Amino acid sequence: MVVIETPRSPRSRKAAKFERWGWLYMRISGMFLLVLIFGHLIINLVMNGGITQISFAFVAGKWADPFWKIWDGLMLWLALIHGTNGMRTIVNDYTERETLRKVLNYTLWVVCVSLIVLGTLVITTFDPCVDSSVSHTLSVCK
Amino acid sequence: MPTKPAGTLYRGKTGMWSWVLHRITGVAIFFFLLVHTLDTALVRMSPADYDKVIATYKGAIIGFAELGLVAAILFHALNGIRVTLIDFWSKGTKYQRVMFWVVIALAVILFAGFAPRHIMNVIHDIELGY
Repeated sequence: MVVIETPRSPRSRKAAKFERWGWLYMRISGMFLLVLIFGHLIINLVMNGGITQISFAFVAGKWADPFWKIWDGLMLWLALIHGTNGMRTIVNDYTERETLRKVLNYTLWVVCVSLIVLGTLVITTFDPCVDSSVSHTLSVCK
Repeated sequence: MPTKPAGTLYRGKTGMWSWVLHRITGVAIFFFLLVHTLDTALVRMSPADYDKVIATYKGAIIGFAELGLVAAILFHALNGIRVTLIDFWSKGTKYQRVMFWVVIALAVILFAGFAPRHIMNVIHDIELGY
């Protein structure tokens, strides 16, 4: 049986605190993402031929500067947590069975953490000369 | 004279539609983000495979789908400012409806600036044989 809690039934103090931080996080990270993603789109998708310029060499060129590594790293962390928390809100709104809700939310956070770990490792251990057959054209590898 | 009941379906007007659009665009952007993190991870493993995947981003199908992605990001970002203003600005709720139309107008203007440029870039790359 699906039990719908009365609208005035209080959350636990811990759950209420978590929701408040989540609410605040969405707004603060949103303002950062506004700058980070618009900047990302202008540099990668609008200027200098837009999408046509994107290649391994383009990424290697950008990541030669720590500025863009930090930019992309921040974007990765903030966007994945922002997106996962948004999906969590949607799951909480539409799931009726408690087990399904927990399974979906658990899956979301596992995916989120995995991608943050993967992406952070990719940025921090990036090697422009990883493949000699491609990177021989890059001046840093000569 | 009594009027006919309006029915029980919730009709929240612009406030409701901005909420609906915010959810739909948010989910779409989330799934793109998952794919985009994975495709970018290829730069650590194989530059050749990364360039191959990026070539599909420059192709006709994904190239034009990117227009939808940018439209979704524009709406979600601008409406996000509106949501934040409703929460933190004392006059936010009073102007929420006006702000919705400002969001739509700005999104349309920015999209109109982006779309022709992007379409030309995609067509240019298709001609190059991607």
